[in-house]
Amino acid sequence: MQVQSMHFKARASEALADATLQANLHKFGSAGLAALRARAVVEYGAAEFEQLRDAAASIRDRGLDNLPALLERFEREATRRGATVLYARTGTEIRDLVLEIAARHGLKKAVKSKSMLSEEAALNDALQGAGVEPIETDLGEYIIQLAEEPPSHIIAPAVHKSKDEVSDLFVKFHATERKTDIPALTREAREVLRSHFLSADLGISGANFLIAETGTGAIVTNEGNGRMVTTLPRVHVSITGIEKVIPTLEDFATLMRVLTRSATGQPISNYVSVFTGPKGAGDADGPEHMYFILVDNGRTGLLGGEMQEMLRCIRCGACMNHCPVYKTVGGHSYGWVYPGPMGSVLTPSYVGLEKALDLPHAATLCNQCGVVCPVKIPLPDLLRTLREKQVDRGLRPPIERLALRAWAWAAQRPTVYALGTKFAARFLRMLGGGDRMVSHLPFAGGWTDGREFPSGPGRTFRELYAARKKR
Amino acid sequence: MRVGLFVTCLVDLVRPSVGFAALELLEAAGCDVTVPATQTCCGQPGYNSGDREAAKALARKVIAEFEGFDYVVAPSGSCSGTIKTHYPHLFDDDRGMRERAERLAAKTYELTDFLASVAKLARVPGRFDGTVTYHDSCAGLREMGVKAQPRALLAKVPGLAVKEMATPEQCCGFGGTFSVKFGEVSAAIADRKCDDVEASGADALVLGDVGCMLNIEGRLRRRGNRKTKVLHVAEVLAGRDGRSE
Ligand code: SF4
Repeated sequence: MQVQSMHFKARASEALADATLQANLHKFGSAGLAALRARAVVEYGAAEFEQLRDAAASIRDRGLDNLPALLERFEREATRRGATVLYARTGTEIRDLVLEIAARHGLKKAVKSKSMLSEEAALNDALQGAGVEPIETDLGEYIIQLAEEPPSHIIAPAVHKSKDEVSDLFVKFHATERKTDIPALTREAREVLRSHFLSADLGISGANFLIAETGTGAIVTNEGNGRMVTTLPRVHVSITGIEKVIPTLEDFATLMRVLTRSATGQPISNYVSVFTGPKGAGDADGPEHMYFILVDNGRTGLLGGEMQEMLRCIRCGACMNHCPVYKTVGGHSYGWVYPGPMGSVLTPSYVGLEKALDLPHAATLCNQCGVVCPVKIPLPDLLRTLREKQVDRGLRPPIERLALRAWAWAAQRPTVYALGTKFAARFLRMLGGGDRMVSHLPFAGGWTDGREFPSGPGRTFRELYAARKKR
Repeated sequence: MRVGLFVTCLVDLVRPSVGFAALELLEAAGCDVTVPATQTCCGQPGYNSGDREAAKALARKVIAEFEGFDYVVAPSGSCSGTIKTHYPHLFDDDRGMRERAERLAAKTYELTDFLASVAKLARVPGRFDGTVTYHDSCAGLREMGVKAQPRALLAKVPGLAVKEMATPEQCCGFGGTFSVKFGEVSAAIADRKCDDVEASGADALVLGDVGCMLNIEGRLRRRGNRKTKVLHVAEVLAGRDGRSE
């Protein structure tokens, strides 16, 4: 997928002006996943859930600290059970490997369950180009595939679409009578998808986790499509990031407890599919060939450095569900695969700092994300670290650098600072007029385009305090 | 108790009445309060803009100015949070400074937390006839654990009743320089906060951080709301209306 993250501001602006999108986002924000998570945490016990977050974070840390050894173990165990383990450094290599597999087995139709890696690699375009028809089978992914849009949320990819928009799409593509209630729409999608499941010869999935001790991949879905994708077609390819490997099945169980609660508030998802190698002798179902493609695509760059904590991410989406910015501008504004706080850290880390300059700054650092993250990633701290890297690499606009330097210089010199603020206070007061509200700030129009600026009384605390002491 | 009052740069520039209110409240609680004259800013604008060197320089200055007091108190969750939760990390590579930063952090408090938990202020000087709704500013809530303290203090104000808004813990969209860099997004987030404030039906919005005050009040007024008062919690507790200096 092309990186469009340089255009955050323009895209956010469009999103704010799009009334339908705003209505959809508003609905999502007020009745959405954040509330479900909150309820699940209360049911589980808030203190116990905190312990679980600690445990989950340390499992992920252990995995990352021993990544090479764990990957070897995973590869050994998976291979022993008949799967083929391949590695891809970049999105291009993912595409090449998948196309090679498709050519080798003569595959013509791919059913896919949700895979963010496939988005990173823009795999659908490549498949189509090579004559393999890709069909997204996660309902949300299916909807946006019809709409030819990228996902706007990592677990609810079509959350930006209203029911009406989905009805329109289905009428257009299914040539059926217009349905308006959600169960009927879902039923219609299931019927269409069923025939694809049965006729596909390739299944492409992601993997929420790779379990090293057994060479197993695991995916979590609510629609059961993942089960179909990983068992029905002749060939199954699971594409996932190298950082997803964890040591044991026990660890998997612990992580599952935080994952689904954080994502959708469920104690467990409707389906948890674990796949270990292809169909064996005596197995009733399963693919004839099973491949794992383990992808780097920027991840090793974070290992061992100050951004490593980000690799703990288990893709639950809680950070975006709680993000004031995400909830206001939606996922497409972020311009690449991953939106919200985790995306604002991942995108510049994976594709390059200079390709996503706005993202680390497009956050209020409110830490509503950090306190809900199931693996305790300090997202605001990481965003701040990225801001520091931008400064270190001279990537900030000169005018901003100049302003900051002038401010820092003055703030270290109390007499200069007092003089500067004395004039600033008077200037603001003058602009504020009778109601003490400034409607246009000359150097900070970004503020006054949408707000007044309360001007204050025109004298600083410092001055007033000194005057009072003299009295 | 010798308390150093960290006034904060925003209070100094646009809302002096909060500084005086804090002073009065601390004195009412029996503290011996000093306002170091050389103070300027805690360095957060630099820190959050990625200018670590500027942040460190200002942290050094604040540490030197305030380490002699028994307590450091600021009428802001955001500035006290910077001192308490971020200063020590600024000096990860400098043991001596790190220890000084940690010692300062240990005695730094947000105003209402200090009044309720340390100074145990029994009677508040203020009076407010009407209803207020309290916004939990992010740093106060999530860095300093300020939630019950301002409400407990507000409960002591004669004539005042608290009417909670639906989502008091939701960020108002201020975010320091974010509010100027991404003004449009910031104002849109503030809009949701304004909806919530107005839906509560309270006569006044009360909160503990001037940054968020400017943001929410600025948006309320731009929307044409001239009615809902916006006051700092210190002003309400001290019986000031925000214009009396
Ligand atoms: S950063 Fe944390 S909250 Fe966000 S998706 Fe990853 S695990 Fe979930």
